[in-house]
Amino acid sequence: MIIEGKKRLWQEYQKEIADDHYFFVRSCIRQSFFPGAEVMFLKIMRDMLGKDIVENPGHTTCTGIGYHTDVVPFETTMTVVARQFALMTEAGYKNYAVSCITSFGLYTEILETWKHYPEIEAKTREYLKKATGREFRVPENVAHASDIIYKFRFQIAEKAKYRLVDKDTGEPLKVVEHIGCHYAKMFPHKGVGGAEYPYVLVGLTEALGGEIVDYPERRHCCGFGFRQYIVKNNRGYSLSCAKTKFESMKPYKPDLIVTNCPGCPYFLDRWQYVIGEMEGTTYGENGYGIPVLTYEELAALCLGFDPWEIGLQTHQVGSEPLLRKIGVPFDLNKKYLGINGKEMGKPAKPSILMVE
Amino acid sequence: MKSIAIIGGGVAGMEAAAKLSRMGFSVTIIEEKDQLGGKLMQWHALFPARRPAAEVLASLKNQVKLGINIFLNARVENIEKNDDGFAIALNNNRMITAHAILLATGFDIFDATKKEEYGYGIYDNVITSVDLEKAFNEGKVLTAQGKTPKRIGFVHCVGSRDEKSGNPHCSKVCCITGVKQAIEIKELIPDSEIFMFYMDLRMFGRHFEELYKIAQVEHHIQFIRGRLSEAFENRDNSVLIKIEDTLLGKPMKMNLDLLVLLVGMQPSKKLSHILRDLEVENDADGFVKQTDNQLAPSKTNTPGVFAIGAVTGPKTIEETISEARAVTLEIADYLHNKVATRILMNESYSL
Repeated sequence: MIIEGKKRLWQEYQKEIADDHYFFVRSCIRQSFFPGAEVMFLKIMRDMLGKDIVENPGHTTCTGIGYHTDVVPFETTMTVVARQFALMTEAGYKNYAVSCITSFGLYTEILETWKHYPEIEAKTREYLKKATGREFRVPENVAHASDIIYKFRFQIAEKAKYRLVDKDTGEPLKVVEHIGCHYAKMFPHKGVGGAEYPYVLVGLTEALGGEIVDYPERRHCCGFGFRQYIVKNNRGYSLSCAKTKFESMKPYKPDLIVTNCPGCPYFLDRWQYVIGEMEGTTYGENGYGIPVLTYEELAALCLGFDPWEIGLQTHQVGSEPLLRKIGVPFDLNKKYLGINGKEMGKPAKPSILMVE
Repeated sequence: MKSIAIIGGGVAGMEAAAKLSRMGFSVTIIEEKDQLGGKLMQWHALFPARRPAAEVLASLKNQVKLGINIFLNARVENIEKNDDGFAIALNNNRMITAHAILLATGFDIFDATKKEEYGYGIYDNVITSVDLEKAFNEGKVLTAQGKTPKRIGFVHCVGSRDEKSGNPHCSKVCCITGVKQAIEIKELIPDSEIFMFYMDLRMFGRHFEELYKIAQVEHHIQFIRGRLSEAFENRDNSVLIKIEDTLLGKPMKMNLDLLVLLVGMQPSKKLSHILRDLEVENDADGFVKQTDNQLAPSKTNTPGVFAIGAVTGPKTIEETISEARAVTLEIADYLHNKVATRILMNESYSL
């Protein structure tokens, strides 16, 4: 691998990322998949970095999943998205911060469509006005939340209590990064580092002291790919995609996987349990899986947030070996306590995959 | 004495210079490198007969030894048209005048790093057909780790017939170059397995089809119809490729020790300011527009400015030599008769 070649490419794919005053839009599914992730993003932005970031409970789905499964026509999608932009405009903001990769891709696609076909934008404005009476301005800046964490990676690293380093050996942890398909594959220049060798999570990982593992199936889909999973008969294909990735990364012995998509961490996490049950195979050390974290969870972990406040107990793959390796203290007795301090109930243990 | 400035000292420029000089014209070659030869200098052997490139190069160079002004390390800064012809300003404050200009700057090799998914410049064992010629010149083909490669893949049409990379045109020479190079590897490494990934094979020239057959029958080189989707690097620095065999209708994964990208030709970027000064038009593909493809292929829209070789599109050496010889008559006709652009289709032409 010629790292200089990657660095040269990374320089070609830099993007403008606003540095303050964001209108934040959540993901539909992340709040149920890994509910701590978006909470951590807002805490990091507000409490650690002192940024102005607002959201609006009236924000709805962008229709991304419906759009990509051919249930929602593009005209409807554009009108729904125009409404989101109207909420931003009404709040007095110009910088749009997007939690979901599919939404980010869809916003980018729509803005590019409007740039090249102004008459479609005009039509969308007409639909929105007729349906809701609302008007909107196009955002001056659209960034995915992982772009924003990337932008402030050095400030985060400065404030970090822990680094992605094995506390016993001093060796950097080996990290696999996995980028959501809709981040840059459609519009490479809209992603930090482009589509083929994205830098957005590499930069964060390196700033936190970790070492990226580039393995042969790095670009392969996680298995979520909507038609693979949402169509029930295709779920075997979804599983085989994830397995392809695990088999490919296993020889590199990664300590963790970091992702920037709603679906990827979920599928890479849950399918490890399924593969364990189906085939008796696990991919981490000593029967554990490879922990899969989102970029906010990873940043929050290094910043010193309690692992259970971050929500790592909602992951199928146990993160305890990783926490021990880094030296993050945790109390197993509090793992399944809710934020109100009450017992949430414990999930049944898998028969193969090791969890604590 | 009428004078001609030839911009570019490769195959086209050298051949035209020699012939124009023998016809009694004052000829100047402007070459940006420190020696004549152009891209031919990088080549080991030429298709289809695998004649040593050095032999052709020496022959061409030998022709331009005497009676021709040669400016090396020379770059055209700007060109002005005047009543008598052209005033050409070179770097280092040099100035030359000419009654006619011949554009022979050749082509740019497609920058394979633009096909990011193939990993050229990032993966150790992804090389281009140009790199492979250099290896042939050194007499050995090895992986970046110094091992003899046993499984080698060639990807056709890299930067050719590819709208995504901005080159919808066919580069013409890559198909036969691939076949030639595959045979050369097979001879160097007899126990190697070689796979050619192609869209279709355009064996248009004399002896090309025969060489393609020899590659299959005698050398057991495997031709798989399908375009590479992407390449990756394995832990042992070998290359994992993903491809579809479109005849079988099956996606495939394959490990290779070496992946060779058959890079195409594209219009020369260094020509753009010269074309602007001379008000010479390009075609949509970026190559210089020929006044008449059939009857005046070397004439540009600007009287007194001619273009040959890969300036007007991908060419073989054979075609370039023919054009270089033919353009001498066009230039002589122009200079002797002071005929500007005579569109033969619109005028009667008496010999």
